[in-house]
Amino acid sequence: MLQNRRLSLVFMFLGGLVLLFIIAPLAGMFLKTSLPQYAQTAADPVVIRSIRLTLLSSLAGTLIFGVGAIPLAYVLARKEFFLKGLVNGIVDLPVVIPHSAAGIAILGIVSRGTWLGKAGEAAGITFVGGVAGIVLAMAFVSIPFLINAARDGFAAVPEKLEKAALNLGASPWRVFFTVSLPLAKRSILSGLVMMWARGLSEFGAVVIIAYHPMITPVLIWERFTSFGLAYARPVAALFVMVCLAVFVVMRILSKNHLHVRN
Amino acid sequence: MLEIKDISIRFDGFSLEDVSLSLEPGDYLALLGVSGAGKTVLLEVLAGLVKPAKGSIIWNGRDITHYRIQHRPVGLVYQDLCLFPHMNVFLNIAYALKTRKVPAPELDKKVKSLATETGAGQLLSRYPGTLSGGEAQRVALARTLAAEPEILLLDEPLANLDVKLKSDLRGLLRQINRSGKTMIHVTHDFMEAATLANKVAVIENGRLAQFGTPDQVFRHPRSEFVARFSGIKNIFPCQVEEFPGKEGLKNAVLNRKVSISFMSPESANRGFVMIPQEDILLSEHPLESSAINQFQGTLREGYLSGSGMEVVVEAGIELVASVSRPSFEKLSLAPGKKVWLNFKASAVRFLAE
Repeated sequence: MLQNRRLSLVFMFLGGLVLLFIIAPLAGMFLKTSLPQYAQTAADPVVIRSIRLTLLSSLAGTLIFGVGAIPLAYVLARKEFFLKGLVNGIVDLPVVIPHSAAGIAILGIVSRGTWLGKAGEAAGITFVGGVAGIVLAMAFVSIPFLINAARDGFAAVPEKLEKAALNLGASPWRVFFTVSLPLAKRSILSGLVMMWARGLSEFGAVVIIAYHPMITPVLIWERFTSFGLAYARPVAALFVMVCLAVFVVMRILSKNHLHVRN
Repeated sequence: MLEIKDISIRFDGFSLEDVSLSLEPGDYLALLGVSGAGKTVLLEVLAGLVKPAKGSIIWNGRDITHYRIQHRPVGLVYQDLCLFPHMNVFLNIAYALKTRKVPAPELDKKVKSLATETGAGQLLSRYPGTLSGGEAQRVALARTLAAEPEILLLDEPLANLDVKLKSDLRGLLRQINRSGKTMIHVTHDFMEAATLANKVAVIENGRLAQFGTPDQVFRHPRSEFVARFSGIKNIFPCQVEEFPGKEGLKNAVLNRKVSISFMSPESANRGFVMIPQEDILLSEHPLESSAINQFQGTLREGYLSGSGMEVVVEAGIELVASVSRPSFEKLSLAPGKKVWLNFKASAVRFLAE
């Protein structure tokens, strides 16, 4: 009993240190920014534009790539096929490679000389130095969060329920949309929120493809290198607050929405 | 007509070998067997959830062996029911109807009618997680019936239910069968099979051990396994000796010390004798009767069984006999009491080894 208590105390102490490590820099950033600085930053149209661009670009990337990521997650959860382990590894690649390298890689396929770049230009879509490039870069680095969460969600749905639905005469499409998807919804929504949140924080890949229009992480970098910490900090603090607020609201909404009725 | 022809399938450490049987429309088949015998796998093959390695399934002349699950005329009620946890009872029952795009007013009427028919009428707004075992079973039945299957497959539908619920559900299953539905019911309870089915198939280690009417299977078991399954408790290995000059009458020597007379055209000299416990008559004194087999023994124990009693008597071998409760009391049966066991040679069944 005594040993248990000692163990708990040691673990709580070590865990507390880790929490402090996360909270202290953020708290310092918030506390060192005065209210007038917040007000001034919130009224700055450049900052507002960049925050809006960041939120919407990440959201667009999440929604567009979600259309392919969710079916891929389903296939990975349900089917056994040759080189499945390799496919799972490929899905995790964006997490492990340096994001500046990811930016270079994406630039390699969307720059003006490539067929994708040319096709984009023909359709009026600019990747390099454009919103489409930002969306691509954000989606590239954040998509593993969605695929992995959705795959775990689908894997947790008993296959028997899908077979029971088929036995009731439903087509595989109907089974997917009425049984598999609703039952994996919690994990999928969680994955969407995580993908969106990860996209917001991306800097390395985006800055290589599109320095302008400026997303907030690039704007913070730009203000820091041009004017110093005092100018960058209020933008960073405001952006973090906005992100946290949206993140918390989405989490609460998705939890309420998915409240298990039984 | 449903014809199951030579169905075989092999998994790691388990196989279903050449299972063949046929059913007429409206038949109620009980698939009997111990856990792991392959009963559920056979249901899954019929429902299309598992592909057989060999064999075919013919329904009314159509080969449905390779039909997709959703195109088969088969409805399966799983042992664990598999109700959709995110849908209430109404939506669970409505699932198949929505699949068929039944118009809303008709759908509403049909769901309510099915729910009433299966005794789930009060549950429509409830979610599966809040239902008791019996309620969930009724909902699962209603949901499967909504798909209007021509063949209804039931995997242990009465397992884990209390006696009252079992009795109610048995009535419901009979009622569904009376409406003309062909039904296949997996169970390990021979009483369940005997009271519901008009055909019985016993599966042993992935093979069909016996198939026929309940009377054929339970009164004339073709193997020791089937005999034990059909509730016969007095089964003994024996050596057979002929009775010179007595046509058809033979002598079974059990444990080298007890001899039982029986009638059999079989010429084997080794096998099993089976004495149904309800064919053994108990008395306090030897009886003047046509029963050739008479043994004195000591009553070891008596216990309740179904609506009567069963007693275990040690008479060189342990024999189980069925008696009614009034007879049990009339004979003052109690452990240690000496009694006589009487049974006819024609009551003894012989299975050649």
